[in-house]
Amino acid sequence: MLTTSPAFKDNAHRALGDPVLQRALALLKTGFHERRQRAVDRLPEFDALRDAAKAIKDHTLAHLDWYLERFEVNCRAAGGQVHWCRTPEEARQTVLALCRRFNARTATKGKTMIAEEIGLNEFLEENGVEPVETDLGEYIIQLRHEAPSHIIAPAIHLTRTEVAETFRAAHTDLDPARPLDEPRALVAEARARLRQRFLDADVGITGANFLIAETGSSVIVTNEGNGDLTQLLPKAHIVLASLEKVVPTAEDLAVILRVLARSATGQDMSVYTTVSTGPKRPSDLDGPGEYHVVLLDNGRSELLGSEFQEILRCIRCGACMNNCPVYGAIGGHAYGWVYPGPMGAVLTPALIGIEHAGHLPNASTFCGKCESVCTMHIPLPKLMRHWREREYERKLSPRTMRAGLKLWAFLAKRPALYHALTGFAAKLLAALGRRHGSFYNLPLAGGWTATREMPAPQGKTFREQWRERQHNAGTAR
Amino acid sequence: MSARDDILGTVRRSLKRGGLTAEQEAPLLARLARPQAGPIPARSAGRDRRGLVELFDSQACEVHATVARVASLADVPAAIGDYLARQNLPAEMTAAPDKLLDGIPWDRRPLLRLKRGKPDPADAVGLSAAFAGIAETGTLMLISGAHSPSTLNFLPDTHVVVLPAARLVGPLEEAWKRLRAATGAMKLAGAAMPRTVNFITGPSRSADIELTLQLGAHGPRRLHIVVVEDDAVA
Ligand code: SF4
Repeated sequence: MLTTSPAFKDNAHRALGDPVLQRALALLKTGFHERRQRAVDRLPEFDALRDAAKAIKDHTLAHLDWYLERFEVNCRAAGGQVHWCRTPEEARQTVLALCRRFNARTATKGKTMIAEEIGLNEFLEENGVEPVETDLGEYIIQLRHEAPSHIIAPAIHLTRTEVAETFRAAHTDLDPARPLDEPRALVAEARARLRQRFLDADVGITGANFLIAETGSSVIVTNEGNGDLTQLLPKAHIVLASLEKVVPTAEDLAVILRVLARSATGQDMSVYTTVSTGPKRPSDLDGPGEYHVVLLDNGRSELLGSEFQEILRCIRCGACMNNCPVYGAIGGHAYGWVYPGPMGAVLTPALIGIEHAGHLPNASTFCGKCESVCTMHIPLPKLMRHWREREYERKLSPRTMRAGLKLWAFLAKRPALYHALTGFAAKLLAALGRRHGSFYNLPLAGGWTATREMPAPQGKTFREQWRERQHNAGTAR
Repeated sequence: MSARDDILGTVRRSLKRGGLTAEQEAPLLARLARPQAGPIPARSAGRDRRGLVELFDSQACEVHATVARVASLADVPAAIGDYLARQNLPAEMTAAPDKLLDGIPWDRRPLLRLKRGKPDPADAVGLSAAFAGIAETGTLMLISGAHSPSTLNFLPDTHVVVLPAARLVGPLEEAWKRLRAATGAMKLAGAAMPRTVNFITGPSRSADIELTLQLGAHGPRRLHIVVVEDDAVA
């Protein structure tokens, strides 16, 4: 997928002024984070499970080579094949070669973030294979030629009216006067539409929420059932998975499943958890004739052992973005690439380079909410800070910011001067801002005042007030 | 160098070690050979069969499945016939060629027509037998095989599943244990593992449009579970 991450500021600006998007984003609160909280409150063991889930992932990552080899051995034993791919290009070529082997004209697709990561759809189209998204949200955005804006709800940036318009424009053989005001009608239309595509597809491509080393299986977790029809009906099931998806055993899977659905959608269990192992067996009545797992690295092996290793625990539950004030204000598209929100701000620079995604780790208020809700206890703000440091070291941050930081550092090391200057500035700003109590426009702070007001200081600096209070407390005692 | 060796090499380099020694491998092999359960929620603990039925029933209903409890296999045809009539559905089902289902006296409801095998795309009602039921979350476990096509769980608009109470377990871990026991191999690798294991919790749904819940996205719109309470049915 092409990135617009370098244009983060413009993207964010546009998002803030988009009334349709703002209405859609308002749903995050009731739709996601209140539901998550209710589900968590209903399970007293939630925190213990979260700790256990983290420990499982840490253990697996520390022995990742060994578990991947186990996975491969057991996948083969069940008749499956594993394709190791270093880069998106290798993964794309592998998938295309498989499609060609089955003379595939269409490939149905369940939800897979890895396909977005490697830009699979455009590539297949260019090479004569039509990819058909079957997850409702993915189907909608494919019709609109858009990218997903959320890892769980890809079309969350759209309202029902826009979806109805999209369907009218795409399904031109249907009665133009049909009622499409209700989500129910939209879901029914997409269902009817996609049924035939499922039956006609030559190859089915899904992602994997997990791989199980013990059994050589891939696991998908969905609510619609599209991932199941995608893998059961065609001649071959191709699984796209990145290295860190592996867990040791079926019992380990059980632990993580308990925290995944609750954190993602507030369900105790998603509707369909499907464990797939190899192709159909000789006596089976249905199922795919071949089973291929495309195992993608794309820089993850380099993250191991680095200060960013912990992001590899991420299970893509989306809780961090659902609870993020920045995501809630600008939505997912502003982040400019596959993974939005706090997890994207950490992962995207790792996958496409900090030089293309330097804005993302800076797009944070450092409120700490993402870390506190993160199912896998990933210290997201700390990891964003690491990126900022790297960016600074590599002199990628803007010159004005570097100059500003240098000036600040100079002053911070000279307390008397710092004190004198900040005291003067606070008094000056207070005097200037007395009338409104805040500024709509401030020299050198246009980045702040363009979309926000800058509250005017009350006339004294924090240090002055602190000293006074200490003094007063002292005299009162 | 092959992509495989390259990736594994980078993983090891990043972890600042070579491949694992036999000594380092031993605890990992043991962990795979005897999988250990993690923390298990108390919700389903210490329940007898009746208690498990109660919990399963309430959990399944909460996720919009419907549950009928019958005393014995002989009561199943009437329970299903009544359900289909109530829903205005045809008295026609595509059934998995399963031993448990074959043992049901279908002639007690002569108007109910059964077709055995995998479903055609146009079939309206599918009938399966669950391998296990997980009371903790109201989840059904179905496994693929010569007796149970997995497409039956997804293609028909209505899915009816027969679940003997004796197949109910508390947590998911116990369901895995049942599968391990059934395959005769503690290890679920290779051919011991069915091609498809479906854990199903309620009917299909989507919230992709304005985060409002809609049932029947691609899979069944209705999931009806008939629990057979007769202890002799296993
Ligand atoms: S970073 Fe944490 S909260 Fe965010 S998607 Fe990953 S696991 Fe979930």
